[in-house]
Amino acid sequence: MAALETVMDPEIPVVSVTDLGIVRGVRRAPPAVLITPTYTGCPATLAIEAAVRVALDRAGFSDLPIETVLSPPWTTDWISEDGRARLLAYGIAPPPPGAAASTLRAHAVVTCPRCGSGRTTEVSRFGSTPCKALWRCLSCQEPFDRFKCH
Amino acid sequence: MSAPASSPPALFEYLLRLGDDSLVLGQRLTEWCGHAPALEIDLSLSNLGLDLIGQAILFLNLAGEVEGRGRDGDRLAYHRDVLAFRNCLLVEQPNGDFAQTMARQFLFSTCQLALLRGLANSTEQRLAEIAAKAVKEVQYHAELSAEWVVRLGDGTAESRERMIAGFDWFWRFVDEMFDSDPLEQELVEMGVAVDRAQLRSDFEAKLAAVLREATLPPPAYPRAIRGGRRGHHSEHLGHLLATMQFLPRTYPDAVW
Repeated sequence: MAALETVMDPEIPVVSVTDLGIVRGVRRAPPAVLITPTYTGCPATLAIEAAVRVALDRAGFSDLPIETVLSPPWTTDWISEDGRARLLAYGIAPPPPGAAASTLRAHAVVTCPRCGSGRTTEVSRFGSTPCKALWRCLSCQEPFDRFKCH
Repeated sequence: MSAPASSPPALFEYLLRLGDDSLVLGQRLTEWCGHAPALEIDLSLSNLGLDLIGQAILFLNLAGEVEGRGRDGDRLAYHRDVLAFRNCLLVEQPNGDFAQTMARQFLFSTCQLALLRGLANSTEQRLAEIAAKAVKEVQYHAELSAEWVVRLGDGTAESRERMIAGFDWFWRFVDEMFDSDPLEQELVEMGVAVDRAQLRSDFEAKLAAVLREATLPPPAYPRAIRGGRRGHHSEHLGHLLATMQFLPRTYPDAVW
């Protein structure tokens, strides 16, 4: 797993694939690295698998296969604490822990990652990648990305 | 993982129906890319298309696996002729204007959401996993399209008129989404498939609630048109496939 902590997400290069929970872990028998897609149609999935492959080869695990698993489905609750902090520092409002269990409608207060204000509004349900929505801060007026609760 | 109890040909056919619905509608939605009324909705429609094509890859890859003749999802998507497609007629209809696209999306996503919720409990483990994954995305699709139905229906005289016209075109394709046949009945009895007829009342309740909020008239179902599940398609599907399949068919060995 340590060899994969430096594999960054191609779209959000400050968080690793282990932080995001895309790498589920390593299975011992039969041996395989288990990865899971965030969204079924996420175009980064292939790039991520390729990057994981390169990292495994470099670390001397050329024989270790990569297997894609769908179950249990990925949710934003798989993102680590560390990953959340780095998303925030990068200007992306992270989902609060446990948010995936709540309904889509029950938006908690979304805090602006730039000024910390809670006066924010959704501009678009869909943003630059499948996993993000576009929001705007009513205090500092800046637009920002929000990691969708999923 | 337990071996599927259903016969491979029936399961293969069922997976084609699921996969082709997603694939064809996903391809249709991509036609909006760069043409939608505003940037935000352009992004939304592209994302919906992406989700649907993602589902299609999973359904069709599994179909290929079940079939056992060495075909994968790409092969099934790009190298089948129009008569071999098993999608319902609703998804292959042209986008029309924005209101018509939203009418189609709302009808499809509302039905698909109920279907996938049921399939998440399928006795066919691999199918259940795909459904559980996709259901989270389709919730967004159903919600987004419902919001637009309300916004356009309860909007200006122009948007309202277009929303009504959009639904008027699509009512005739609704019944087919809830059709069943002996093949699906067999799978329903095994717990693999969901009985589509059972989904209808929830669908109608949701539809009525959204139409009411949008101040739109209740559905006026004309004589239904059906045939997609048997490969009897409208002329539109052939044109869509010509665009989608052109490159891999013309240059079969092309790689990125």
